[in-house]
Amino acid sequence: MAEIIWGLATSHVPSIGAAMDHGKTADPYWKPLFDGYEPARAWMAAHRPDVAVIVYNDHANAVGLDLVPTFGIGTAESYDVADEGWGRRPVPPVRGAPELSAHLVGELMDEEFDIATFHRLDVDHGLTVPLSVYCPDPGEAWPCAVVPVLVNVIQYPQPTAARCYALGRAIGRAIRSFPGDLKVAVFGTGGMSHQLAGARAGLINPEFDRMFLRAIESEPEKLAALTREDYIRRAGTEGIELIMWLVMRGAMSDRIARIHDTYHVPASNTAAGLALFQDLGAA
Amino acid sequence: MTKAQDNYLQDLAASRRGYAINRLCGSLKDAANRRLFTRDEDAYCDAYGLTPEQKRAILDRDWTAMLDLGASIFYTFKLAVLDEKSMQYLGGVFTGMSAEEFTAAMRSGGRRFG
Repeated sequence: MAEIIWGLATSHVPSIGAAMDHGKTADPYWKPLFDGYEPARAWMAAHRPDVAVIVYNDHANAVGLDLVPTFGIGTAESYDVADEGWGRRPVPPVRGAPELSAHLVGELMDEEFDIATFHRLDVDHGLTVPLSVYCPDPGEAWPCAVVPVLVNVIQYPQPTAARCYALGRAIGRAIRSFPGDLKVAVFGTGGMSHQLAGARAGLINPEFDRMFLRAIESEPEKLAALTREDYIRRAGTEGIELIMWLVMRGAMSDRIARIHDTYHVPASNTAAGLALFQDLGAA
Repeated sequence: MTKAQDNYLQDLAASRRGYAINRLCGSLKDAANRRLFTRDEDAYCDAYGLTPEQKRAILDRDWTAMLDLGASIFYTFKLAVLDEKSMQYLGGVFTGMSAEEFTAAMRSGGRRFG
């Protein structure tokens, strides 16, 4: 059976990818952030998964406003890197894991999560920046296949945090029931506190972020109980992306070990966080 | 929900109000559309069915008015990039600062609210 070996929570700010793409990671602005990633990257490089299940949101690239799925899963053999309006990131195309995708869709539907399926999907920075956080120098190909899991967080109606956590629990069960000797990593992406538009643009709430970084390990139910209004009020309009970390946490077992975390302000207009957990499996 | 997202929560009414302007801005992710838009912004706005107020906001690059008329930052940012404007520039516009002042505010830890 497949097993989940680790879970990574990370911000997916576009400029983090741009800093890597343009060789700026040693610049004074970026160096503290990338130095903070280093221990996590070294550990992950020694613990390679076969497949990464990456929970992210599209940002007006593959999903328009004609139809906005709350939860979706990519089912394709491969995913092109999106041109978001300023050219594609110079990173490899993403290889899919269609058998695992099909298994997840089937299991989740049986568990009464009504999942939209993406048979064609250009993946934007929400997915490719976390891949680069994991693997900064992929060369010709990423070191793992990917199952994209999409959550609508940019426009009402976003799902609740509790529903995201429940979805994560179901994804975890589904992964662990997949026949085959697969090592799987789960990524929860987005956040931390930030607001891009309006009078509160530039909002950063380090107290909330620090609380979240702690609680995601041992008190995910507390975070799942927060309302969407709580997230937006305290972490900003775009800080609600943090509900996607709960999908990752839900997929992991109750026994996890924190490998590393880091927190840095700012990455562009955002508080950037990372937390890496090893899954120790059922007790 | 609308109140909680303070300034610009996109509830369903706002989504409906902003549909045309967001669709226009979203279309700018394609290079061919960027060329069409740049050639004749006025006609491009008409082709996307913008209201007169939305069209005025686009032509004047009134970024705050765009939000008030239902636009989402993830869509209007594509127009900003076409204009070679950064998210820090927009942050400054929204908060009455220059791009440099806004960037400095972020580098000193961001803006704190209660």
